[in-house]
Amino acid sequence: MQIDSPSRIAEIRDECKAAYARRKTRFLVCAGTGCVAGGSLAVYGELKRLLSEKGIDADVELLFEGKDSESGVAVSGCHGFCQMGPLVRFEPKGVFYTKVKAGDVAEIVEASLEKDTVVERLLYEDSDGSRCLTEHEVPFYNRQKRIVLGKCGIINPEDIREYFAVDGYQALSQILQGYTPEQVIDVVSKSGLRGRGGAGFPVGKKWLSCLKAPGEPKYVVCNGDEGDPGAFMDRSVLEGDPHAVIEGMIISAYAIGASYGYIYVRAEYPLAVTRLQKAIQQAREWRLLGDNIMGTGFSFDPEVFQGAGAFVCGESTALVRSIEGYRGMPKPLPRARTTEEGLWGKPTLLNNVKTFSFIPDIIRRGADWFAATGTERSPGTAVFALTGKIRNSGLIEVPMGIKLREIIYDIGGGVPDGKEFKAVQTGGPSGGCLRADMLDLEVDFDSLVNAGSMMGSGGMVIMDETSCMVDIARYFVEFTVDESCGQCAPCRDGMSQMLKILEDITSGHGRPEDLDKLQEMGKAIMAGSICGLGQSAPNPVLSTLRYFRHEYDAHINEKVCTALNCKELIAYWIDPEKCKACRICVKACPTEAISGEKKMPHVIDQSKCSKCGICIDCCPAKFSAISKITGQQKIEIEQGVK
Amino acid sequence: MCKSDAGINDVFARFKGKREELIPILQAVQNVRGYLPADSMKQIARFVSMPESQVYGVATFFAQFYFSRRGKHQVKVCYGTACHVKGATRVLEAFERELGIACGCTSEDYEYSLERVACVGSCALAPVVVVDEEAYGQVDPGKVANIVKK
Repeated sequence: MQIDSPSRIAEIRDECKAAYARRKTRFLVCAGTGCVAGGSLAVYGELKRLLSEKGIDADVELLFEGKDSESGVAVSGCHGFCQMGPLVRFEPKGVFYTKVKAGDVAEIVEASLEKDTVVERLLYEDSDGSRCLTEHEVPFYNRQKRIVLGKCGIINPEDIREYFAVDGYQALSQILQGYTPEQVIDVVSKSGLRGRGGAGFPVGKKWLSCLKAPGEPKYVVCNGDEGDPGAFMDRSVLEGDPHAVIEGMIISAYAIGASYGYIYVRAEYPLAVTRLQKAIQQAREWRLLGDNIMGTGFSFDPEVFQGAGAFVCGESTALVRSIEGYRGMPKPLPRARTTEEGLWGKPTLLNNVKTFSFIPDIIRRGADWFAATGTERSPGTAVFALTGKIRNSGLIEVPMGIKLREIIYDIGGGVPDGKEFKAVQTGGPSGGCLRADMLDLEVDFDSLVNAGSMMGSGGMVIMDETSCMVDIARYFVEFTVDESCGQCAPCRDGMSQMLKILEDITSGHGRPEDLDKLQEMGKAIMAGSICGLGQSAPNPVLSTLRYFRHEYDAHINEKVCTALNCKELIAYWIDPEKCKACRICVKACPTEAISGEKKMPHVIDQSKCSKCGICIDCCPAKFSAISKITGQQKIEIEQGVK
Repeated sequence: MCKSDAGINDVFARFKGKREELIPILQAVQNVRGYLPADSMKQIARFVSMPESQVYGVATFFAQFYFSRRGKHQVKVCYGTACHVKGATRVLEAFERELGIACGCTSEDYEYSLERVACVGSCALAPVVVVDEEAYGQVDPGKVANIVKK
């Protein structure tokens, strides 16, 4: 169907809304990557099969012919609560089922459609043991404010009509009916929106400089090269609400005068690529993309570019080089801004996935609506991937200015297994680690930078007492060494040297003077590197040195890893008092390091032990005879035996 | 003309041979042949009218491209932050033991390739392992043997 005028969008929305209403009930199965890994597609298949077997008129797609239907089944994008997946929602009641298996489907269908009850055991169980009927009752959700993620999990991302039904493309229709490009930029500027790629550059300002930059043609590029380990929000938005990103891009193209663009997505995200391509195809069919959009004379057509796996390509000039077919290396300094000289030397507007997907809502609901949420200097919401040692893991969206404590304890439910919270890592390889006494920090772009970390793309990894902070620093430095493009010496050589020092420390060969050296090198690398990767690469080391120096000291001076994490500094030990000589660990040990007969407490031969930890995993919990000990404790035990 | 040539010519038919198509061409050829063999690299260089050295320059920059034959099954151990914190190293070592190959290698019978990859974006299920297209969540060393059997 082709739309011939922007004024038609409102009618289409009403038609699509009516189509929703003609279906009495619907099962919405989460098909985000997390739930798919948990088997949600089998649940979806079983639902379809069972409904048709029962003769229930189940329409997979929305009904546009004006007939009523009993029920429907559809897949949706990520609901965010990946840990509890696969997730199924039953509408219109909004019953929220967690950890659904294909085998549970019959029970759910029977309860929902025949008995008008719910399957209690599949509802989310709160910490006090009560069950939550809808997601609004689940603590993980009820503290959130979802704008970018608002439609993920509500609509079927593979059907543009569902996006129409939730006011999709209204903002585009609005601007094409009487906004000048300057007026569009004005709304964006007034909203105070800052770029969600991590640095937080004011979006309106960027658009304006791109509008004013001389040169034709201009390009719009959506940066979905989400390379930060521990962040997956861009992927979820692209998978769950691709049309919002596309709509935001069209609006920006109108504002800066571009007619061509790229959506740069990691090749590691095949589902996002598929959904995006489908969405672009549909938008073209409806004449929302391509030549002469909705008959207004304005043209814009983006294509998907699959990144080939290089973290540095998140940097704007490197991304541009790789689209042009070159090695993805940042342009040397001094360099013009991408807004002035981007793709093929032409003005190019580059924004993050989330930034674009905020745009339709900001246009439609107004700058003031957006600015009312969040803090004065960082309005709106922030999306975090809350992962690591946390009870409720998943994707969350919260107002800027929320305290870390609220995120970690109220939404995340705290650290599981009775362990103690140690640190929260934000900003990925460019960010830093913050410790427990900073939990009252109000999170926004600036506060995190002041604390020695950064917002980055929004990864938030929680660590408990078993995480070694020196090892975390080593892990990130290893990552940046792998991903450094190798162009400038401070980053290429400096980071490898820092890695060497950190490896020495974690293996018990650190020297006291190493810490000053790390600090000095870190500062030099930040000052001397030509791109954001090098300029922020020492951050994980400097922030852990600042807040967890005692752990470095323990590794160096006492050769002790207090978290019992660093392999070279620990040993596995079987407590002869507790060992019941069951031989389970003897059989499980892959290196045959454990000896022992029945009724003889088992012993680990330290020279054979590969420290894989399988013995701890398999020792029955009621015995818990095996533990990790420090090298010092090991020596004491050995001396005691002698 | 051998079979692989036909595959590559099909790929070339979809492109014009412009420089900015280089990465998509490399991706498409790797899709057809499983990796980028030396003869394909030559053909690509000719197709895009670039010195072979420059084509290699671009291809070797990106982690996605392989230059040697891969195993039938690709085991990818996620090494993202969440997976690291939850013990990805132990999982990787378990796969090395189970498959008898080091990370980054392919078994002699070309059944398996093992590698560690940057975040696959399923952090809530950490530690994650992706075998071919299928993702396994909350993997511990004890589960590795079962995954390999499948």
